[in-house]
Amino acid sequence: MEMPRPNSEVLLKKAKVTAALRAILPHDAVIDNPSETRAYECDALTAYRCPPMIAVLPDTTEQVSDILKICYREGVPVVPRGSGTSLAGGALPTADCVILGVAKMNQVLETDYENRLIRVQSGRTNLSVSGAVEEEDFFYAPDPSSQLACAIAGNIAMNSGGAHCLKYGVTTNNLLGVTMVMMDGEIVEIGGGYLDASGLDILGVICGSEGQLGVVTEATLRILPKPEGARPVMIAFDSNEVAGACVADIIKAGVLPVAIEFMDRPIIEICENFAKAGYPECEALLIVEVEGSEAEIQDQLDRICTIAQKHSPVELRQSQSDTESAAIWLGRKSAFGAVGQVADYMCLDGTIPVSALPEVLRRIKELSEHYGLRVGNVFHAGDGNMHPLIMFDANKEGDLELCEAMGADVLRLCVEVGGCLTGEHGVGIEKRDLMGDQYSADDLEIQMAVKDVFDPSWLLNPAKVFPLSVSETRRAS
Amino acid sequence: MSTAIFPEDEASLSAAISDAAGPLQILGGGTRRIGRIPGGRKLSTARLKGIVLYEPGALTLVAKTGTPVADIEKVLIAENQRLAFEPMDHRILLGTQGTPTLGGVMAANVSGPRRIQVGAARDFALGVSFVDGSGQLLKNGGRVMKNVTGYDLVKLMAGSWGTLGVLSEVALKVLPVSETQATLKIHVSSWAQAVACMSAALGTPFDVSGAATLQEADGALGVIIRVEGFEASIRYRMTELKTHLAKFGEIEEILSPWSEVKDLPSWAPLDTVWKVSVRPTDALRVIATMHEFQKDFGFKCQLDWGGGLLWLGLDAEQLGDLPACVQLHNALQGTVAQLGGHATLIKSGILREQNIFHFQPLSRAIEIVTQTLRGKFDPRGILNLGRMS
Repeated sequence: MEMPRPNSEVLLKKAKVTAALRAILPHDAVIDNPSETRAYECDALTAYRCPPMIAVLPDTTEQVSDILKICYREGVPVVPRGSGTSLAGGALPTADCVILGVAKMNQVLETDYENRLIRVQSGRTNLSVSGAVEEEDFFYAPDPSSQLACAIAGNIAMNSGGAHCLKYGVTTNNLLGVTMVMMDGEIVEIGGGYLDASGLDILGVICGSEGQLGVVTEATLRILPKPEGARPVMIAFDSNEVAGACVADIIKAGVLPVAIEFMDRPIIEICENFAKAGYPECEALLIVEVEGSEAEIQDQLDRICTIAQKHSPVELRQSQSDTESAAIWLGRKSAFGAVGQVADYMCLDGTIPVSALPEVLRRIKELSEHYGLRVGNVFHAGDGNMHPLIMFDANKEGDLELCEAMGADVLRLCVEVGGCLTGEHGVGIEKRDLMGDQYSADDLEIQMAVKDVFDPSWLLNPAKVFPLSVSETRRAS
Repeated sequence: MSTAIFPEDEASLSAAISDAAGPLQILGGGTRRIGRIPGGRKLSTARLKGIVLYEPGALTLVAKTGTPVADIEKVLIAENQRLAFEPMDHRILLGTQGTPTLGGVMAANVSGPRRIQVGAARDFALGVSFVDGSGQLLKNGGRVMKNVTGYDLVKLMAGSWGTLGVLSEVALKVLPVSETQATLKIHVSSWAQAVACMSAALGTPFDVSGAATLQEADGALGVIIRVEGFEASIRYRMTELKTHLAKFGEIEEILSPWSEVKDLPSWAPLDTVWKVSVRPTDALRVIATMHEFQKDFGFKCQLDWGGGLLWLGLDAEQLGDLPACVQLHNALQGTVAQLGGHATLIKSGILREQNIFHFQPLSRAIEIVTQTLRGKFDPRGILNLGRMS
């Protein structure tokens, strides 16, 4: 993975920029010692590391504005960072950048149950947003699997999803407004406690822009009353095709589960060895969860089971209690950890039309054989959001490159069948160079023109999202 | 006056725009004459027709933008699915002719009462193809439910009223039709009680899919609450909601009033109509502004989206003189600017030729961003000029 060469003129300004930042921030909010900036050298895509020139940890929107004014004036690139949980390298620094971490900005600014919204500083973690409204039985719906650690800032940057977005949507569907600081330091309000935009839907393009258009410091989020209860059913099949057909039939029948999770044989075996969740011996496993009152849950589960029975499942296990629900979820929720125990892995998140599921699984298996790398598939089947986990050995020479080559082939396959490169993790550096497989040069040009509007000097997170060769002239100017 | 252009495919749409010698007025079916109607040669997408792909098992439909909404709904209903955001049909309210199209719905981000539960038109757009002001055919998004590949220009195009480009194709997320639905009506004593009642209903876990008001000719005010789903579930939730909402007033179960709420047919005779979006509890401040200016004449009001959407209107007898109407309009937008939100003149009536903002004025910073974005998408400045001003 190539990153642009650091700008030597910027590196020479390190002392000057550090002094300017120290003048406006508390002493411990500016980190320039190389032994300490190392803490920010990577995010959750740990294969790539580069310590930043300086890291800053502001407390307020005004401080963010002052930081950006300095960086803008001095021409210093800025990489915004939430909690650093990006799987796509969205917060990977360059050697000449200032990392702007919002982790200290974690306050709840307003809770408004009557209007069903909460306003928080963007460094607040996803799960603690729900935590702040739990006592009134409300919750914040998007639930990325890193929700214990990941920040709302990163959720907005990547338009994060989660297991329950089949019913509740992703971040963009639950975001009402932001306070954002533009690269020149100007603080702007976009959206608020009301629905829809008054003019162009600027909020819609901010969400998912990977920190390239501005630094979001505060967010107004929609909160929802918690459902009365939820229970899953686990359905095992002896083929991926049949499991895929069952998913389509459930959706067509008008039952809208909150989650439909799909696991294939390699993942089932690894999870079972790790978590001992009691999963049956099978080719494909579905976990389908529904919500509502006890009677509503039972009614929906009965409908789902009737549909599933038509596909002759190997096993069908309806949860009858919280303990049984936890057992069904145990294997799925430990999937990433379990794979991590047996190998290094790369987690992709290409999304496909649900109808292409059997074909894509078959072809991933062929690729796995071709490259000689094991692959497990665990994903949100209701919305076609795949999560192939490609296993490799980081200590073996050439294995990472082999894994990346296979990953690229899998993502090209997703695009070929009508899907996309990334459903919820974002492009970052990881999928940057594949953008040309999904979009034409003109399609990329208009997206870059949007960045030109917000950040004409291309200082914000500049080496991400667009292939380096495509963004080169803009970054150089 | 040049004749209107009706491209029949994307190539001729692209050519029509790149060859345009001057401003273009972009139309779908021409049923939503909202905002300042721009001059220039008419360019309609009405002949870009047809459903390109429909996969009921994947909840996805892709269609050309000139496809009538009714055609799409017909195809969907055969598979027991629907456009869940329930787009409003503006024809009766605005007295327009023609056929509402998918392109118009998306360009104006038109949603109905279910928006409060499932989201707006923009939330159901998965991908778009469009021709920008230079005549380039571009695409963004795709046809899958989750897609964060690059910037989300789908949202930007939805609700841009043809000022950034002309939509040629849209991929939509569709949803199953509910087995059944039911509506409660709660007789409330004031607007404040109405908002409180809707907030209470939406704060329950009973998955309310509509929360609006209905006002009788005699002024009696009712809140209506809709739930949808399977029969047994509906019975349960209706019983629970009745218990939770009993304190707000007498409750009865009524037949579906939702087409009245969505399309406002009884508002057709009105001269001037505004649509206001604010925090639900701020609706009372907007109503107070109306009272202040219309204390002698009265006004018509309907709340939807739990109070977050206000429809406000004046009939011929409620209209003051022209300067008073202009003053009222500016006061409404002023109040909304303070509260956070937007007030849009939907039916301009007496205010048609006035020097006012039909759309809520933007903050200085966002206005600059907006104009610069338009410059990128439409460098010659020919697409639907001033439509959103």
